[in-house]
Amino acid sequence: MPVIEQNDRLVWRRRTTPQQWGRWFAWLVGVAIVVYSWQIISDKTIWFFVADAGTQAADMAERMVPPKWSYMEQLWLPIWDTINIATLGTLIALVLAFPIAFCAASNTSPHPVVRSVALFIIVSSRSINSLIWALMLVAIIGPGVFAGVIAIGLRSIGFCAKLLYEAIEEIDATQVEAVTATGATGPQRLAYGIVPQILPAFAGIAVFRWDINIRESTVLGLVGAGGIGLQLSSSINSLAWTQVSLILLVILATVAVSEWVSAKVRHAII
Amino acid sequence: MSELSPAYPRSWKKPPLIASAWLRRGLWLGAAIYLALALGTMEVNWTRVMDGLPRGAAFLSAFFPPDFVTRWDSIVDGILESIWMTVIATVAGIALSVPVGLGAAKNLAPMPVYLFCRGIVAVSRTFPEVILAIFAVKLFGFGPFAGFLALSIATVGFFAKLLAEDIENMDPSQAEAVKATGASWFQWINYAIQPQVMPRMIGLSMYRLDINFRESAVVGIVGGGGIGATLLTAFDRYEFDSAAAILLVIIGIVMVLEYLSGYLRRWVQ
Amino acid sequence: MLRLENLVKRYKTGDQALKGVNLEIPKGQVLALIGPSGAGKSTLIRCINRLVEPTAGAVYLNDVNVAAVGAGELRRLRRRMGMIFQEYALVERLTVMENVLSGRLGYVGFWRSWFRKFPPDDVAEAFRLLDRVGLMHMADKRADELSGGQRQRVGIARALIQNPELLLVDEPTASLDPKTSRQIMRLVCELCTERGLAAIINIHDVMLAQMFGQRIVGLQLGEIVYDGPPNGLTSDVLTTIYGEEDWEATIDKVEEEEEEETTTAEAVLGADR
Repeated sequence: MPVIEQNDRLVWRRRTTPQQWGRWFAWLVGVAIVVYSWQIISDKTIWFFVADAGTQAADMAERMVPPKWSYMEQLWLPIWDTINIATLGTLIALVLAFPIAFCAASNTSPHPVVRSVALFIIVSSRSINSLIWALMLVAIIGPGVFAGVIAIGLRSIGFCAKLLYEAIEEIDATQVEAVTATGATGPQRLAYGIVPQILPAFAGIAVFRWDINIRESTVLGLVGAGGIGLQLSSSINSLAWTQVSLILLVILATVAVSEWVSAKVRHAII
Repeated sequence: MSELSPAYPRSWKKPPLIASAWLRRGLWLGAAIYLALALGTMEVNWTRVMDGLPRGAAFLSAFFPPDFVTRWDSIVDGILESIWMTVIATVAGIALSVPVGLGAAKNLAPMPVYLFCRGIVAVSRTFPEVILAIFAVKLFGFGPFAGFLALSIATVGFFAKLLAEDIENMDPSQAEAVKATGASWFQWINYAIQPQVMPRMIGLSMYRLDINFRESAVVGIVGGGGIGATLLTAFDRYEFDSAAAILLVIIGIVMVLEYLSGYLRRWVQ
Repeated sequence: MLRLENLVKRYKTGDQALKGVNLEIPKGQVLALIGPSGAGKSTLIRCINRLVEPTAGAVYLNDVNVAAVGAGELRRLRRRMGMIFQEYALVERLTVMENVLSGRLGYVGFWRSWFRKFPPDDVAEAFRLLDRVGLMHMADKRADELSGGQRQRVGIARALIQNPELLLVDEPTASLDPKTSRQIMRLVCELCTERGLAAIINIHDVMLAQMFGQRIVGLQLGEIVYDGPPNGLTSDVLTTIYGEEDWEATIDKVEEEEEEETTTAEAVLGADR
């Protein structure tokens, strides 16, 4: 109760005293955690290097200009590979995410056990970054574009399935009821009652994830899974800074274009 | 009625999504050509893949049971470092995003400020955390400080953009009403803007905490500290059972974070 | 044709929505089901085609107990019962034609329905029904482009293409304006007469119920408290169904309007087509 009687007068306060204390305590704990983590990080930091970073950065920037434009001709294939990794990976993810989402949505799941398995698949796929998936796959099936495609696919299943099952849980149940009332079978209910309702969400998710995947596939090469990241890491290792700056520009351009495309497509769908 | 009624069409086709037949066929053809080219140029070394399958099986079987024991100390070290890095990077990133986000909202900021802040957002969003981490490591040396910086910058890109969009989409009548009382700029932000965007922002900061933790596993691979370094070592030495343990720990923590953020979001609303 | 025997529905929350309802409807009868919100009208209708599973009792459709059959047989029985919904319940992102054809889902296999390859007779029938409800030109429009009254006509066409013997109509006019409500009710009743269908129309509006129902059943707290002709709805009866209120105005108004109705009926009907 925010209105408190104090010395025979009614005083309005935003919070009651216990609420005020509770908030104060929560802030205290929060700040303590932050300070403690800063302490740990700072202990592990060699501050000499940090102090030196300004000169280092200036030095690096100087060595990066001008970008070595002639290197471009060696980049077209890696760019093509990068786009393919993102696109094919997204396609694989969508195909697999579709059934998983239906198993994970509480209103379409065939069985609670199936549901928890599906949810676990989703959370595992989401928890592990595509770079780590790539690291594992390179260790297992060897370096190359193929490992990248699978890595992007595995990482995206969880993301797509999660958004999709949330969309399935939000559908209008009466539309499904109406289809049921006509005597439709289970698969027909899915095809007529549910799929039309989630199709726009599905298309939106696909484009959204494709956009993210373009960004992610630019770095898969760092662990050997193909794409432009390979050139980036070898240029950095050989200290070819003019090549590095060109590659960064190319990544910037690729991401900008993919963002533009996905915005256009999303606009067309909705 | 039935005898006199006109004959009704006996077939019906769903009108296609794209009305122009040429465009439709063109798109299909284009997609088919693209797929053919993409699959055609992808070099897959099938013998190498086949060789890998038993290793994949070995990796899967490493999960039953995973080996938490052998590298327990380095796992704990790495995880804790990742967690501290995540916390501090999220807090610092969000603190930095608030001014940038306010500046990047079209309805609040004057044009030059708007363009400047949008520029910051665009640059920090484009590059994946790993690339930021590579440069942070080059400049600031190995260790969690580099990881912290990379994650903070990425957080600014993510958070400031969403904050700005949220402010742009808010209800202008509430903002007008507060302005009409003669409030100062800061009072206006505090009374009109903050209450409208706050609940979503709290949810988003939990979400970003979650993302930062996952990314913290990655920055370690390029030397930015955290669990990633431990994981990389485990893979390099083909210690799949330790790697499995690390992955399970990561999955577990992400699940906990997700549960917490769901709880917090319900509590805020 | 339809017989409910001691139908009971108890929800998991413990609420008893239906307390042993007995009801028999002959072929071709239009029955209006009235009662206050929460009386169990919707539950009753949904228990008949088992969109809601009845807890106990029997539902006989032509001497087959709907409540006791397995899933496959239930689907076949559902084809015999067309249902019309309160908020139309069209699949909004499908075209009008697909919505109408979806009434045939119980008759065609999955792949045929997936590729929208319905038998030619079904397609012709769908066009005929669309023409009958005055929406022939809308066949390729998406359902969410239609107005409320138009959507409900599509809903009616969807129910009729099932070739049912019984229509279950759940608050068909709840989201429509008064004029459209009457047009829709009139259309439903006409179609029932044309095809000799029985119908249970669950309706809020006492006036509409009296105007269009051949028989009125009043439901209160899951029990039938009135079963009789429309003109038997006296002030006392309405009080038992809905509770204390001044009902004279409602009843008088209905009588007046009914006279008026006979003269204007043709005109409205013309406009409706």
